[in-house]
Amino acid sequence: MIPRPFEYHAPRSLPDALALLSQFGDEAKLLAGGHSLLPMMKLRFAEPAHLIDLGHIAELKGIRQEGTEIRIGAMTTENELIWSKLLQEKVPLLVEGARLISDPQVRYKGTLGGDISHGDPGNDHPAIMLALDASFVLAGPGGERVVPADGYFLGTYYTALEPGEIMTEIRIPVPAAGTGWNYAKLKRKTGDFATAAAAVSLRLKGGTVADVRIALTNVGPTALKAREAEDYLRGKAPDEAAIAEAARLAMSICEPVTDLRGDTEYKTAMAGEMTRRALGVACSRAAR
Amino acid sequence: MSKKQMVSFKLNDKEVDMVVEPRELLIHTLREKLQHTGPHIGCETSHCGACTVDMNGMSVKSCTVLTVQCQDADVKTIEGFAQGGELHAIQEGFMQEHGLQCGFCTPGMITRTYRLLQENPNPTEEEIRYWMAGNLCRCTGYQNIVKAVQYAAKKLRGEPVQTSHPLMEEAKA
Ligand SMILES: Cc1cc2nc3c(=O)[nH]c(=O)nc-3n(C[C@H](O)[C@H](O)[C@H](O)COP(=O)(O)OP(=O)(O)OC[C@H]3O[C@@H](n4cnc5c(N)ncnc54)[C@H](O)[C@@H]3O)c2cc1C
Ligand code: FES
Ligand code: FES
Repeated sequence: MIPRPFEYHAPRSLPDALALLSQFGDEAKLLAGGHSLLPMMKLRFAEPAHLIDLGHIAELKGIRQEGTEIRIGAMTTENELIWSKLLQEKVPLLVEGARLISDPQVRYKGTLGGDISHGDPGNDHPAIMLALDASFVLAGPGGERVVPADGYFLGTYYTALEPGEIMTEIRIPVPAAGTGWNYAKLKRKTGDFATAAAAVSLRLKGGTVADVRIALTNVGPTALKAREAEDYLRGKAPDEAAIAEAARLAMSICEPVTDLRGDTEYKTAMAGEMTRRALGVACSRAAR
Repeated sequence: MSKKQMVSFKLNDKEVDMVVEPRELLIHTLREKLQHTGPHIGCETSHCGACTVDMNGMSVKSCTVLTVQCQDADVKTIEGFAQGGELHAIQEGFMQEHGLQCGFCTPGMITRTYRLLQENPNPTEEEIRYWMAGNLCRCTGYQNIVKAVQYAAKKLRGEPVQTSHPLMEEAKA
């Protein structure tokens, strides 16, 4: 399995990468960790004439806190997320999610920016980003713009990234102390994409749900934000009946395709079950 | 064909300079051009881990890395483990604990074990299973691989080691 021939470019700075991208236009693809792109190129589902490797650009790496935000360079790898003390303490949902992605070797190479940009509904980070209310910094020839995760994922392999743009940074508002979280992922085996998964972030106040975000993986053309389920839960005591109703509302927006992981009905049911579990765990972790 | 490119990297502590097409995968450069046939091709689809090599302090699947990505890299393969005819502690662990049968997955398993033990010299069984999950073995059932990693970890920590298969010890005596 060998990709089509292409020219390889290894820019050392973001401006150089942007210049190459505008020079080669839609003939070019960005290479991050390569663990979605290279398999697609080997199968010749992707055949770029130019590959622009972001792997030598130091400014695209790193995890830091700035004010009330965590800022993560797009080229930060899954294992770097998992090992980050700052994230373990401040954004445990991201660490929990990264730990459920693929296997150790893939996690040494696969990047947060690549997982978000790829646009496969099976990628786990898009739903996690929706649950964390993240936003993305996109650099283009005309400068930078910051776009919220909510609204970024437009369809399969289709995001709000414009031609000529590179995602440089992921920004996550530090969740308030006492926030509960969970990423519940059903997979057939290690290294598998989700049959269905749910990301939940929530705050309780006086025994009722003050705020909640719920997002689903791999049960639609893209990660789905379960808005009706969120609206329903806000202000309610998260008892068994309320959580079951929220799970039902989450199921109502699912439209998974039948494949080896199961048929539409099964996957929809599993999305409901993952939502139920994630809400339960998140409630148990939240301060009352 | 596209323009070939020169790539220089370190392979088991020796400098190598290669001229490759950008589309060439590291596993193919290693096996076909550098005659390092220890890393195996099990699946060629990033699933099995048989092609695992160590690159810049990371375990990577060399079927999913381009050779041109290795410019200035430090690459270690199974060929770099035994020194002066002496097995590396990890190889000894796999031998003593029967961590292999057909041996096809073994170069990848050992190379992955190396990086795991650099990061975590004293892993629990659960940690071994979680952090070795990118390497598939169709023979052993993994029990003896876990024991092999534990044996190697002990030896590398400088603690006395004992095989859990005493018959081997007797045969040696
Ligand atoms: C065996 C296996 C199992 C896997 N299991 C899972 C799983 O369970 N869950 C999961 O989420 N993923 C899984 N993956 C995918 C893996 O996590 C990929 O690493 C990830 O999807 C893409 O990240 P990357 O850094 O490898 O990006 P690449 O493959 O290099 O790029 C992916 C796409 O994003 C674009 N891109 C990359 N970076 C940027 C950027 N900064 N700005 C703009 N565009 C960019 C590229 O041009 C390309 O189109 C699996 C992969 C394998 C091989
Ligand atoms: S040959 Fe590379 S992972 Fe199987
Ligand atoms: S020993 Fe045969 S595949 Fe592992």
